[in-house]
Amino acid sequence: MEESKKIYWKGLEQLTNDSEFVKHADNEFGQAPEENTGHSRRDFLRMMGFGMSAVALAACEAPIRKAIPYVNKPMDVDPSIANYYASTYTNGGDYCSIVVKVREGRPIKVDGNSLSSVTKGGTSAQVEASVLSLYDNSRLRAPKAFNSKTTWENLDKIIIDKLGSVATSGGKIAIVSNTILSPSTKATIDKFKAKYPSAQHVVYDQVSAYGILKANEESFGTAMIPSYDFSKANVIVSIASDFLTSGVSPIEATKQYAQGREVGEDKKEMSRHYQFETILSLTGANADYRTMIRPSEEGAVGVELYNLIAAKAGRASVGKGKSVTYLEDAANDLWASRGKALVVAGSNDKAVQVVVNGINDMLGSYGTTILGTPVNFRQGNDEAMANFIKDAEAGNVAAVIFYNCNPVYDHPMGANLAEGLKKVGVKISTAYKEDETGTLADFIAPDHHYLEAWNDAEPKKGYYSIAQPAISPIFKSRAAQESLLVWAGETNVDYFEILKNNWKSWFFTGGNFQAWWDKCLYDGVLEKPGAEVALSFAGNVSAAADSIAVNYKASEWEFVAYENGTVGNGSQANNPLLQELPDPITKAVWDHYVTVSAKDAGDLDFREAKTLYANLKINGKEVKLPILVQPGQAPRTIGIPLGYGRTKAGKVAETVGGANAYGFVTMVNGSLSFSGAADFKASEETYQIATTQTHHTYMGRQTVIQETVLSEFQQKDWQREYQPAVSTWSDQEDHKVKPGELSMWKGHHYNNHHWGMAIDLNTCTGCAACVVACNVENNVSLVGREEVINRREMHWLRIDRYYSSAVQPESWSWKQAEAAAENPEVVFQPMLCQHCNNAPCETVCPVAATTHSTEGLNQMAYNRCIGTRYCANNCPYKVRRFNWFKYHDNQQFATSNPAMNTDLGKMVLNPDVTVRSRGVMEKCSFCVQRIQNGKLGAKKERRPLQDGEVVTACQAACSTGAIVFGDINNPDSKISKLLKIRPTKNKDDKEDITLVDKIADNPRAYQVLEEIGVKPNIWYLAKVRNKSKVEAQVN
Amino acid sequence: MQVASSLREALITGGKTVKDVSHDISRHVENKPTKLWWAAMAVSVAVMAYGFYCLCYLLWEGVGVWGLNKTVGWAWDITNFVWWVGIGHAGTLISAILLLFRQRWRMSINRAAEAMTIFAVICAATFPFAHMGRLWLGFYWVFPLPNTWGSLWANFNSPLLWDVFAISTYFTVSLVFWYMGLIPDFAVIRDRAVVQGAKIRAQVYNALSFGWQGGAKTWMRYESVALILAGLSTPLVLSVHTIVSMDFATSVIPGWHTTIFPPYFVAGAIFSGFAMVLTLLLITRKVFKLEDYITIYHIELMNIIIIITGSIVGIAYITELFIAWYSGVEYEGYAFYNRVSGPFAWSYWSMMTCNVISPQLFWIKKIRTSLVATFVLSIIVNIGMWFERFVIIVTSLHRDYIPSSWTMFSPTMYDIGEYLFTFGFFFTAFLLFAKFFPVINMAEVKSIVKVSSLEKKENASH
Repeated sequence: MEESKKIYWKGLEQLTNDSEFVKHADNEFGQAPEENTGHSRRDFLRMMGFGMSAVALAACEAPIRKAIPYVNKPMDVDPSIANYYASTYTNGGDYCSIVVKVREGRPIKVDGNSLSSVTKGGTSAQVEASVLSLYDNSRLRAPKAFNSKTTWENLDKIIIDKLGSVATSGGKIAIVSNTILSPSTKATIDKFKAKYPSAQHVVYDQVSAYGILKANEESFGTAMIPSYDFSKANVIVSIASDFLTSGVSPIEATKQYAQGREVGEDKKEMSRHYQFETILSLTGANADYRTMIRPSEEGAVGVELYNLIAAKAGRASVGKGKSVTYLEDAANDLWASRGKALVVAGSNDKAVQVVVNGINDMLGSYGTTILGTPVNFRQGNDEAMANFIKDAEAGNVAAVIFYNCNPVYDHPMGANLAEGLKKVGVKISTAYKEDETGTLADFIAPDHHYLEAWNDAEPKKGYYSIAQPAISPIFKSRAAQESLLVWAGETNVDYFEILKNNWKSWFFTGGNFQAWWDKCLYDGVLEKPGAEVALSFAGNVSAAADSIAVNYKASEWEFVAYENGTVGNGSQANNPLLQELPDPITKAVWDHYVTVSAKDAGDLDFREAKTLYANLKINGKEVKLPILVQPGQAPRTIGIPLGYGRTKAGKVAETVGGANAYGFVTMVNGSLSFSGAADFKASEETYQIATTQTHHTYMGRQTVIQETVLSEFQQKDWQREYQPAVSTWSDQEDHKVKPGELSMWKGHHYNNHHWGMAIDLNTCTGCAACVVACNVENNVSLVGREEVINRREMHWLRIDRYYSSAVQPESWSWKQAEAAAENPEVVFQPMLCQHCNNAPCETVCPVAATTHSTEGLNQMAYNRCIGTRYCANNCPYKVRRFNWFKYHDNQQFATSNPAMNTDLGKMVLNPDVTVRSRGVMEKCSFCVQRIQNGKLGAKKERRPLQDGEVVTACQAACSTGAIVFGDINNPDSKISKLLKIRPTKNKDDKEDITLVDKIADNPRAYQVLEEIGVKPNIWYLAKVRNKSKVEAQVN
Repeated sequence: MQVASSLREALITGGKTVKDVSHDISRHVENKPTKLWWAAMAVSVAVMAYGFYCLCYLLWEGVGVWGLNKTVGWAWDITNFVWWVGIGHAGTLISAILLLFRQRWRMSINRAAEAMTIFAVICAATFPFAHMGRLWLGFYWVFPLPNTWGSLWANFNSPLLWDVFAISTYFTVSLVFWYMGLIPDFAVIRDRAVVQGAKIRAQVYNALSFGWQGGAKTWMRYESVALILAGLSTPLVLSVHTIVSMDFATSVIPGWHTTIFPPYFVAGAIFSGFAMVLTLLLITRKVFKLEDYITIYHIELMNIIIIITGSIVGIAYITELFIAWYSGVEYEGYAFYNRVSGPFAWSYWSMMTCNVISPQLFWIKKIRTSLVATFVLSIIVNIGMWFERFVIIVTSLHRDYIPSSWTMFSPTMYDIGEYLFTFGFFFTAFLLFAKFFPVINMAEVKSIVKVSSLEKKENASH
């Protein structure tokens, strides 16, 4: 075999050992087409596995959400970059200059515009909430004719036709509106009137100031309302005027009032405020001295005050007044600060206002605290409106256009008007929603929401303000002005062009128009104050006093219908942000009620929310409303908030229900009177009013609320009365140290920023604009009435409102301290996460979902939270809020929380803030998204973050500047200066500002619950009351 | 076999022989369940089913179906949790501490007590799970498991995390201890089954007994393991409730922030645990006719423990009141003023009556040796102990530092339903245990029956 050399070869290649052959020698098939090794058996299984699971997954239908990208990127719209547009909020006679924050084309937040010298950057709860009204699901999608949808062309055709036939037959056309602040709108109405000479413009206001107009006409010869300046008044006396909530210009008044109330080490003076009123109003709650009077006494108290001052001024006394507690003190104080005094009255009666004018005249207020710049806020004419309604009832009105107003609901004679409208041939409404009046109209030509529209305003003579759209109209709405022009047969109907031309012809003084116009748009305001009108008093006080004596008679029960600080006049009643905003005083939400004093409510337990219904009979109308026991309410009186009982406003308002209190208002002395005689009986039927606060006194806990009186505060080296100290073993003399000085940890640093906040209890009026601002900024869920009754409202920021109790230190008892005094002192305390440096919530979380940042923030990692609620239990401030249910995409909460449950509502959500899921804890973040935004902005520009660049939502909303936020590592920041932040010493005995522990040397600065050592990053500035120490209620 | 002391009372009466013991105990396992058992089982399962519905609804809708609110973040959930954990204390105390102290009277009761412990701890554990907002994540995030988030661990500072460890350790050790004790008894049932010709039973119990053969070496190992486990569980008896009490003691809330909580909670736990053991055993004894094994003497001894622990608890209550006044801390003072006279005062006084006053009746010999009185008082004690936890949790939270946040708490049907669920589960489990497992530790009891020679001697002396 060895010899056998027989060789078999596959081919010649092998024989020749061809290199190409050698390469493929291992391959069975030689150079055969290369095998695709990509698909192995495993691959097959893998593919099959994938295929099957993909099929299985595809079977589970996932909701399809379309995100449509821009085909062409619009100019100025950068994803995730906010744009800000200056604009103007107007709602009837209410005004606010604003800056609208727009994200990806959607307005998501309204802030105050500090360039306006009228509102000075302030806002109110209603202004803050108005952004949600833009996305109201009950808005009209298109014009309506005879209760069905139509097109604008069709609508215009019918209306022009109808108005034409009315005009030819000489029928009366009425344009009914609330006060119109916009000069361009007024010009438009004039154009309409020019086309239809029989047209008449009737102006009314829900909460009328016609009495003031008439009184001023009598006193000064012109029917105008002057500008009040509360900041210049050292002594303010208000006779039932709630000027901080429902006065002529509440935002402006709040700002001015707070200026007068501000104290500091270089300003140890503050205004003194006397309030004589029936219900406990927000203004009354801020007063130093408050006296309860009955509504029928308002005039008599005014007359008495007149007489007291007249005696000093050497004028003749008039009529017979009524002397009440503190009235003489008020007169003395007023007289002592002549020229720096101001008396205001809430009454809408000409006679009362004339008396008050007389007092102000004697005090020299005109030209000092009352300025001759007329304001345009409340120009409604009660008599003209009443006449119009009578005309309508008599069948004398042929056509009516309701220009963005709703008199069927919010005029006392609304029911008569509803009857009368049956006799009116053409009824048109321009409201952006179908309301009580719109339902009765034949045609609804929906106006834009104010955030979608061009407009202007003249809140005060010479002070102009422009409104620019922040979003293109969501629905097929049209500017009401444009509608009027179309119906007037105008060819040029572009309201923007008209407005621009108006401004050009009215205000432009030369130069580059475009630049000027851009500047106007940028600023949002244009101010050209003219000369002040000289006001020389020539009123007949004696006749007024006589009229008062005739018109007001005491009755057993008297009522006051008032505008509260949340729903207000009811025009935004369908806004759940306002319905769930606790009334600053009663803390009630989602409910309509009557307020009654504790004595009158009999045995009702004040603390328990369970209450009884009352049967009321007022002005011939019988209603049933639950009773809310209200300290500070005058005996035998009832307070009824306006703005409830809407029957056609959308789901939210209709769910709340209640009674329409406008029906109780009557005409007295030629103007509407919001008080009068009532019949009150408590029934047996029980009810529970939803309130967010069920205990009302602070139990004398000075660690929570610290107060002093001005005379004490003025003393040199004044110290707060309450200075907690902890006894130690140390060899110091008294063995006591401040609680903050005891720590297990020393020398912890915040090397970059250290965020802190100061809240001045003296300038906080409790208006709650900050609460709404916080809700909007941080996508805070609104939970509805039932859940508030379950005490589960989600507000990150709340205003605690405490009443003083009648208990005296010498006879102290907890039982007594639990009950509020009959006429209590009130204090408001904004309460939010205190961002404790030794946070008790952080240590107890089992999964470390809440941790501390390197800048002093107490942070929540929602994604990590498992919802044990241990942190909330261990929070001494009780500011943590738990998502008990899924509040988003849940039909159960669709009514109360549209911002998370309707496609339209979701447009308002702030994309920078996570919507929290069910089962997680949430709380104030110090607007960490704003901090981050500020830091990133500075970083991009390679510069340090400037003080004031980061503003929290609550701070921005605060009209009075009571909230100051900033970096307390920065010694030049506003907050550091305000609090007088002093660094502590580190291990090497050197002062180091980056150390966590800092000392605030402002003598008013204190931390709530200082003694438990949690070291909050929020300081409160103690409240100072300008009253004698003896009279200050201590607890 | 034991040397019987002539001074001590016999622990097992009725002249039981070793064979009697096997028979008396095993026959309940071998016989068909009685009508009474079926009736009790039906009720328990029905209650459990209703409770399970409530539990499912809670998990579906959210914790909001309970009556909790922004101020009172825990109420019935943690009350029930602490209550059940407390009940779970008696078992281990009896089997471990009394074993170390060589208290032989524990032998008749330790099996049932340990079973009770295990079921009670399971009941307790449902609440921390159910009360979580996001159970689907919480049930594993609380364990320090390696994860893909880098160095994200549980927070070892949190007493809740300590709870997780304390309870799971306690549960594991109790379960092992209990099961180990069952092994020789399972073998007895198996052997009897073999004799009786019940094949399936023989196989099942053979498997359950791990093929126990009862060699001397096995017994020796068995006893040393029992001793080791007893040694391990002894500190657990003290640690579990100490740690549970730290949920409260380490907080800043007045009424919670109290240094006496650990001993006070442990005493309370033993107090309630013994009460529950008594409630269960008095029924078992009657139904299973075990009067000779669980004698009046046993009951009296347990009642004595109840007096002692009840008095400790009473002193703790009074100490709290004293300190609230003596410390001069306003919030602490108010917290206790509010407990005594606030809107939840009825729960405080229920607690005081049930826990402090009622056990004192056991000083009277007639009462502590009366079955009816013991049964009634054992239930009262457990009601009182439930109120104790309710008082601590709810009345401390509902009015703490900031008066604006003060609220009330009222339970919903789901709070009640969840509690009922645990009751349903507990009794279902206990009934299953009583039917299928030997309720008395035969192996140990056999060591204390009197020897036949002694019996004869006794008979002769009469």
